[in-house]
Amino acid sequence: MWLIRAFEERVSELFQRGQIGGLLHLGIGQEAVAAGACGALGRDDYVFGGHRAHAHAIAKGADIKRLMAELAGRASGYCRGKGGSMHIAAMEAGFVTATGVVGGTIPLALGAAFAAKERRQGQVAMVFFGDGAGQVGPFHESLNIASLWQLPLIFVCENNGYAEFTPLSAHTLVERLADHARTYRMPNATVDGNDVLAVRKAARGAAARARAGKGPTFVECLTYRLRGHYEGDPAKYRELSELREWKRKDPIARFTSLLRRKRLLDEAEIENIEREARATVNEAAEFALGAPFPDPEEVATQVYA
Amino acid sequence: MAEQTYRDAIRAALREEMARDQTVYLFGEDIALGGPFGVTSGLAQEFGANRVVNTPISEGTVMGLAIGAAVAGLRPVVEVMFIDFITLAMDQLVNHAAKLHYMSGGQLRVPLTVRVQGGVMAGFGAHHSQSLEAWFVHVPGLKVVVPSNAADAKGLLKAAIRDDNPVVFVEHRGLYAARAEVPDGDGVVAIGTAAVRREGADVTLVAIGRMVESALAAAEELATQGVSVEVIDPRSLCPLDLDAVVKSVRKTGRLVIAHEAVLYGGAGAEIASQAQEAALDYLDSPILRVAAPFAPVPYSRPLEKRFVPGKEEIAAAVHSTMRGATVRPQPQNRPRSG
Repeated sequence: MWLIRAFEERVSELFQRGQIGGLLHLGIGQEAVAAGACGALGRDDYVFGGHRAHAHAIAKGADIKRLMAELAGRASGYCRGKGGSMHIAAMEAGFVTATGVVGGTIPLALGAAFAAKERRQGQVAMVFFGDGAGQVGPFHESLNIASLWQLPLIFVCENNGYAEFTPLSAHTLVERLADHARTYRMPNATVDGNDVLAVRKAARGAAARARAGKGPTFVECLTYRLRGHYEGDPAKYRELSELREWKRKDPIARFTSLLRRKRLLDEAEIENIEREARATVNEAAEFALGAPFPDPEEVATQVYA
Repeated sequence: MAEQTYRDAIRAALREEMARDQTVYLFGEDIALGGPFGVTSGLAQEFGANRVVNTPISEGTVMGLAIGAAVAGLRPVVEVMFIDFITLAMDQLVNHAAKLHYMSGGQLRVPLTVRVQGGVMAGFGAHHSQSLEAWFVHVPGLKVVVPSNAADAKGLLKAAIRDDNPVVFVEHRGLYAARAEVPDGDGVVAIGTAAVRREGADVTLVAIGRMVESALAAAEELATQGVSVEVIDPRSLCPLDLDAVVKSVRKTGRLVIAHEAVLYGGAGAEIASQAQEAALDYLDSPILRVAAPFAPVPYSRPLEKRFVPGKEEIAAAVHSTMRGATVRPQPQNRPRSG
């Protein structure tokens, strides 16, 4: 979680300095979902993200340097600078792709789960999406097919209460998106998305079910993004009191205080984790900013395999 | 070499590729039952329901499913029952299938074949008759093939399935019963190679899909009037075998392009533009296009007949180009009110 937080805070700084461009969607405050859910997976499992997907790639084990280089548009980035923040792919780590289209990767994950089921090696697929994706057609079609065919797929809904600038309540009367899973006869759970252990527990149960051939599970994680929809969004559509309240529920602070309380780590060890994360990210930023840009002549290469 | 229908040739390609490669899977609505035109008949019995997968009516998600399966190592063939319904799958096809290889810097591959059928026939109306291939020609990352006969249908479908890129394979419903000699064995036709259907000296006639039939009929008639027409079937619209077109135009000095899709913004515009860029000095006459008016496909028989260009319109265009005259733009080929 610290690595994700440190990465995104650094990315935000680099964005403000103009060293990273594009449309940048940060998930600061939502780290427990990615860390908890991916904690239930192995390297061979498939993960798909949405448009706010840095956390999922990192949690799945993507290389921080190559990720940072991609955001900086460098040739040594995972996608040779052709993807950027919304189109990260780190196939070596099983992070297949993110997407710029809300709900766009849900059907793709369905396909990976289908392939995994046919291959019979116990792989599973997991797809992350926000509450806004609950209103697109392919979301419902995918829930239906995953359930109908009992595919080894874990739907992880990061319900942060806002679809872009608009509260969920203005988009649907369905408060809990896990209710949709019920419609399609799919096991489901709604958990505290800022509690990394609760997320991990739900994801582990889902992964075990999927690997045992018992089909898909829908895990709704209630969380909150502490930043705007994208960097530069002043997020005037929400009350400061709401933001303050969620800051108190910061998933990293909550988990570290638990570790302290249970005396699993002492203060120095906790500080060390944060320090190491920041050092890794700083090193990645240095690598990325010093790396060469792609040759402009590569613009029309890799259009076809 | 044996005579086969277009429908049977497509089924033979699917069967042979499924037998050859265990990762080839078919997805589509009602396909385990053969589909509305019987193209996939018997394949579910032969290969099992796990490889010939009947899907719910969820075009967009089924397209995405096939793309995801392709990325994860399968070689899916997804059937969209009517090309008109591909509108529901455009996000997955255009934003994901076409771009994943590029956006991932080459990490992902999408060996996907999308079988669609379309074209005007028998009063199917505006939602079951369109020719939308030009849309896909405009999307980098997709390949688009339009087989006009049984041999090409088989050979191009095999090439599409073996290709590591998404290929949109456009069948014409009006050709399913058409018979042609189909070579024994693989008979793979390389995507991006045109075929000269008839040699000629006076006019190059490029015809797409089912228009090849009409073009050959027109050429036959024109020959009796002393006009020698060379008929070229591009077979693949993206990539396009421009060399074959240019080579012919250098010989004839005249070019007519015929397709069933609407003229405005159609694939013929791209062919015409590329041909004049590459061979303007050789042209003795304006390039002419014969295509459908700028209208949805109508239902009523006389309207439908008026919509689809036939051999008469093609022959008339050839005569015009022989005269070297420019042609007054037809108002029905342009957007207009009233």
